[in-house]
Amino acid sequence: MMNDDTGTFRDEVRQWLEENCPEEMRSPMLSDKDACWGGRNFTFQSEAQRLWLERMSARGWTAPDWPTEYGGGGLDSEQLKILKQEMARIKARPALYSFGISMLGPALLKYGNEEQKQKFLPPIVRGEIRWAQGYSEPNAGSDLANLQAPAVDMGDHYLLNGSKIWTSYGDEGDWMFCLVRTDQQAPKHRGISFMLFDMKTPGITVRPIKLISGRSPFCEVFFEDVKIPREQQVGELNKGWEIAKYLLTHEREMISWSGLSTSGTRSVSETATDFIGLNQAKLDDAMLRGDIARFEMNEMAFALTIERARDEVKAGVSLGAVSSWFKFYGTELNKQRYNLLMDIHGIEALAWRGAESQDGKLARDWLRTKGNSIEGGTSEIQLNIVAKHILGLPG
Amino acid sequence: MTLVLNEEQVMLRDAASDFLNSRAPVSHFRELRDNRDEIGFSTGLWAEMVEMGWSSIIIPEQYGGLDYGYTGLGLVLQECGRTLSPSPLISTSLLGASALLLSGNEGQCEHWLPGICSGETLLTTAFDESPLHRPALVNTVAVPEDGGYRINGAKLAVPDGKTADAFIISARTPEADASNGSLSLFLVPAGTTGLHLDSTPVLDNRHLCSLKLEDVFVSQAHRLGQADQGLQLLEAVLDRGRIGMAAEMLGIAQECFKRTVEYLKERKQFGVPIGSFQALQHRAATLFGEIELSKSVVLRALQAIDENSDQVPVLASLAKAKCGLTAELATAESIQMHGGIGMTDEFDLGFFIKRWRSLNQQLGDARYHLDRFASLRGY
Repeated sequence: MMNDDTGTFRDEVRQWLEENCPEEMRSPMLSDKDACWGGRNFTFQSEAQRLWLERMSARGWTAPDWPTEYGGGGLDSEQLKILKQEMARIKARPALYSFGISMLGPALLKYGNEEQKQKFLPPIVRGEIRWAQGYSEPNAGSDLANLQAPAVDMGDHYLLNGSKIWTSYGDEGDWMFCLVRTDQQAPKHRGISFMLFDMKTPGITVRPIKLISGRSPFCEVFFEDVKIPREQQVGELNKGWEIAKYLLTHEREMISWSGLSTSGTRSVSETATDFIGLNQAKLDDAMLRGDIARFEMNEMAFALTIERARDEVKAGVSLGAVSSWFKFYGTELNKQRYNLLMDIHGIEALAWRGAESQDGKLARDWLRTKGNSIEGGTSEIQLNIVAKHILGLPG
Repeated sequence: MTLVLNEEQVMLRDAASDFLNSRAPVSHFRELRDNRDEIGFSTGLWAEMVEMGWSSIIIPEQYGGLDYGYTGLGLVLQECGRTLSPSPLISTSLLGASALLLSGNEGQCEHWLPGICSGETLLTTAFDESPLHRPALVNTVAVPEDGGYRINGAKLAVPDGKTADAFIISARTPEADASNGSLSLFLVPAGTTGLHLDSTPVLDNRHLCSLKLEDVFVSQAHRLGQADQGLQLLEAVLDRGRIGMAAEMLGIAQECFKRTVEYLKERKQFGVPIGSFQALQHRAATLFGEIELSKSVVLRALQAIDENSDQVPVLASLAKAKCGLTAELATAESIQMHGGIGMTDEFDLGFFIKRWRSLNQQLGDARYHLDRFASLRGY
């Protein structure tokens, strides 16, 4: 649906990107290190990366659909789509990866007070503060509402103890948004509050967890009498579960998009064709070819279903619990993708160290995907949600 | 194009649903089956469908059609899948009409299409010659003779052959280079000398006929499209049929799923509804997702035909494969979750799985289309 307004906007975006997106930022990222996460301790990989973040955030386009009064781009959904299309067209890298933008921001916009929005949102847009998420605890995984970390009211502040686990990049986060228990007596869903604090606050210890991939994208975080100023509690006291659920919906949507091959990366069939070759126009491994075809059938069907969901949201249908299904299916697809990529590369897929394999990137990425269907709510929990909230099945 | 139905399409779908639920619910099909009817559908019901305009949904207004496009016809077929309403919609209004429209011969269109719209004319297609779908494998031969063609050969799996007024067949001319798959399509009127029809009821109570052509003569005017260039035309016709069948299979999956979820809430064992058991909840939730995927695929494939997109072949294979697999899962799971009652003839579920099996086997099954999908994508 192209009218004059969107046409003009497209021209404007195209011209601005042409003038402002550095050449080095117009190619697919080669490794995770190329992703810009910003924050107090971030070291830019290049001047181009720094410049790209500076220009995009000055325009508000790191958070394109947030209100301009908080530093966002103020775009409507049609304009947002155009911006994404135009960025994809020139293969522009995202200027900023940020839990602040994808998770905390939407919650603050909905539940935060004016002072909190003014204080926290603009630095998120500029990539100055990197946020970590404090949700799971050793005894609160799938049963997240069972979280225990107590925050006791001390008048002008709360005193936090306990611990969090599976905190993504906890060792690199500047601040944490955290679910804490503020009422020990109330039923478990009604004694939870949502708080923000600086990770430099005395009493916080962070310990990385080494995974089967050999990497440590998650941490344990321990709290010992951590003082949280009163004004850093978001929304109503003891109603943090509502914010948590709202945020989890966002997280699920974000994770489910990972089930799609992003522009620039090669598809599974292209990779197989390069590595194995064709014989009489067919991949020279009949059984693998069949498995790949089945995978790509589902991958294409999933991409169309995401497109349909977005169109329906635009037409006024609310997505609701369907986001659970997207999370389930997207992560299961991603696991299949990496299984196939491993199969395709045979013995070469086993490489673990050395420059040629980028320190065993493929094998480590494959192992990492095993966590996709656990983090952010397991596949089993997502299916429970679909059964109860979409199909209306009992108990 | 957005993947949301427009107002006109929603109205068409709702009208189809209302009509089929009142005039042709599953009990209508059961009655035909019980009475061992001779043709596989009710001519009275077909007359009513024609009255609704369904025979002419894809046909342009200049020939008396509704011109609602393939998306419209697909929605009606999807609803027919939910109620298992039998009719010559696929053989005549989808495959037959598509062949005429795609061949682009004005005279032939003027001759045949108004009759399809008014319900007077039924067409069908006769392409396959082997039990497994191999559209390029054609041994039927058409030899040019006296300003026409002399045709010899045999065809299988001809839907609604008994009632057809004409058959659209594929044949090879002797001078054509067999290795490049060049074919021609011909329209052979029923009753032409040398045409022999054998009708066999199959498991979904439809009649799939076999056709023998012995020295059948047709004039030049009965050739559809260019001589020896028919493979492309044939694939285009088949793709439209495949997408329509995918839509019907989607309807089958949706109905089985709906009935099963209702049953899970109703049926009690161990003092609780069986739908409270997680093992069944997860299977139901998985099936929900497969149907969502199939809905997106069918809608995009139908839109692609209406937009004349070059993606029609790949989307046709995607739709036929995905919906075939989804309906396979839905029909099998519905019987399993209903338990013993799902196995009884008195219960309707058996009709759904039989119809799925029939549609799955026609115009290429899921494996055929996964293979074609891979080839079309270059691997």
